[in-house]
Amino acid sequence: MSEQNQILEDLSSSDYKYGFVTNIEQEFAPKGLSEDIIRFISSKKEEPEWMLEWRLKAYKEWQKMEEPQWANVHFPKIDFQDIIYYAAPKQKKELNSLDEVDPELLKTFEKLGISIEEQKRLSGVAMDIVVDSVSVKTTFQKTLKEKGIIFCSMSDAIKNHSELVKKYIGTVVPIKDNYFAALNSAVFSDGSFCYIPKGVKCPMELSTYFRINAAGSGQFERTLLIVDEGGYASYLEGCTAPQRDENQLHAAVVEIIAMDDAEIKYSTVQNWYPGDKDGKGGVYNFVTKRGMCKGKNSKISWTQVETGSAITWKYPSCILAGDNSIGEFYSVAVTNHFQQADTGTKMIHIGKNSKSRIVSKGISIGKSQNTYRGLVKVHKKAENARNFSQCDSLLMGNRCGAHTFPYIEVDNRSAKVEHEATTSKISEDILFYCQQRGIDSEQAVAMIVNGFCKEVMDNLPMEFAVEARKLLNISLEGSVG
Amino acid sequence: MLKIKNLKAGIAGKEILKGFNLEVNAGEVHAIMGPNGTGKSTLGNVLSGKEGYEISDGSALLNGVELLELAPEERAQLGLFLAFQYPVEIPGVSNANFLKASINEIRKSKGQNPISAPEFLKLLREKMELVEMQKDFISRSVNVGFSGGEKKRNEILQMAMLNPQLSILDETDSGLDIDALRIVANGVNKLRTPDNAFIIITHYQRLLDYIVPDFVHVMYDGRIVKSGDKSLALELEEKGYDWIKEEVEAL
Repeated sequence: MSEQNQILEDLSSSDYKYGFVTNIEQEFAPKGLSEDIIRFISSKKEEPEWMLEWRLKAYKEWQKMEEPQWANVHFPKIDFQDIIYYAAPKQKKELNSLDEVDPELLKTFEKLGISIEEQKRLSGVAMDIVVDSVSVKTTFQKTLKEKGIIFCSMSDAIKNHSELVKKYIGTVVPIKDNYFAALNSAVFSDGSFCYIPKGVKCPMELSTYFRINAAGSGQFERTLLIVDEGGYASYLEGCTAPQRDENQLHAAVVEIIAMDDAEIKYSTVQNWYPGDKDGKGGVYNFVTKRGMCKGKNSKISWTQVETGSAITWKYPSCILAGDNSIGEFYSVAVTNHFQQADTGTKMIHIGKNSKSRIVSKGISIGKSQNTYRGLVKVHKKAENARNFSQCDSLLMGNRCGAHTFPYIEVDNRSAKVEHEATTSKISEDILFYCQQRGIDSEQAVAMIVNGFCKEVMDNLPMEFAVEARKLLNISLEGSVG
Repeated sequence: MLKIKNLKAGIAGKEILKGFNLEVNAGEVHAIMGPNGTGKSTLGNVLSGKEGYEISDGSALLNGVELLELAPEERAQLGLFLAFQYPVEIPGVSNANFLKASINEIRKSKGQNPISAPEFLKLLREKMELVEMQKDFISRSVNVGFSGGEKKRNEILQMAMLNPQLSILDETDSGLDIDALRIVANGVNKLRTPDNAFIIITHYQRLLDYIVPDFVHVMYDGRIVKSGDKSLALELEEKGYDWIKEEVEAL
């Protein structure tokens, strides 16, 4: 094997660096799924009756549904009865300050590089942390409260802001939307809730950190984010999981709603455990994320950096219902080893003069498969809709794959839809060229990948961009030599 | 500056360089000519450290340092530059970023600080003028969407930016129209100093109308079989390579 080949090999065989397990006492529901389990979850969380009814309705719908098969991913059938649907770190009921959080858990956050205290002080990021299924602590509540912003765990929201939750939950991603959304609706255990009132620009980044810790458990978080007229919010979401042999299921639902003149920026850095070099273990990440640009002049922007998960099935979408509304999707998806990603977006143009922009960058390494799948749909009434899509793929080595499936449906003649796509490869020749100019292979790869992703990275909020770039380099870098 | 002694190298078990000898001193321009398949490009590749070649014998010293034992980037850092016959495209990496990374790696290897942004831009503007490169070049990706002539000019531009001790131009003239050829040659001529040296690999003598070599060598079957001054190139142009082959085979 040539040296360049060796380097490509090394780069593509580095290990997952977030694979530690935290030994915190956990409280579990028994394995499996039934009406009783749903009642158990609901009562554990002391939910109102309507919430339980909603869950049970979702469960009934889910039972009637079939697992989707259309994605370009392959995995053994999931046994939904072999999953723990509720696992919560055992702790005192109400936490008044961070001092009361389990020290083991705090250590976990430190290992992840997020000391909550640091975050609080330095970056002014308000943070909600979800471990397994339960939201552990939401920081900065008070500062936000003064502005009338509600940012709390979903469980708290269901208890304390029941009317708001009831009004909006399931309005963007209905119960019956798809198989995994229905499952989530039935069993979701926690997540984050945020409401920005009229005219309020949220002064800080809102952030949620998700971590699956317990073995054999699934994580089904539910996030609901509403920005009222003229409001603004920037929301960050990070994810990790420990290294385990078995596959863990993650089926989240995120619903976001932007009213008239409201703007939401939603950024994700996803680093769930991708499985080992031989494709063993890893998280199945089946997520439904959708934003509704409900009001006129509203704007929703998704930015994602996806480096983790054994399988990713995820299409953060925008329904551009309001006139002059804008939807954006910026994505970097890196797959390595045996990872499979089928990700992209849907832009549904309904409002007049609605605009959307899609920039997708897929990087495939090792034996992985990376698929972009996107839909641009222009409804009859959407006069002067505009879309621009750019899908680029970068391949390293010759055992990986990149696929692009763009779907375009246009029912209005005034629409302008553009799609551009490129595929390129980091070949031995490119590496040699860089070396001949004094740049070693590892640096050359980092330079090429960073250049390739720049347009997307530039869209991340500053603190997050640093983390994302580090993560990207970790996914590429490896035990060279 | 460069001393190549009895260099034997091949690929996939087939010997291509069969005892190659050459000495290049500072301030000299050497042209290497010869028919296809005689090992001219192999020479450039072996000297710059491209993977896949087996070196069975010989040495290549650059200022007394054995090149053949170094990684390609280390050879580059010592001042060896190869202008590629087929420059590759690097999507997503701008020419400015690429050149900056390259300059800084070379500086780092010498224990120097990275180049400052104003200094870099000044240098780049100056050298871009030298090869008549368009302004938008700075932000375009390395060689992506470049014409053949632009790619070759970019090689010369990189050479000008890095200011190497020894430059090997591997058929830089192939596929160039007369204007591009003039620009490339002009670039090389302006870079000639008493401290650096050039090896120009070419098929045709037309490039040598513009870059006047101190020595012309004819390569055949993995070796230099005839050396002379620039008049040798003219003789080859007129008579072709057959008489050389006959001469060699008669021995």
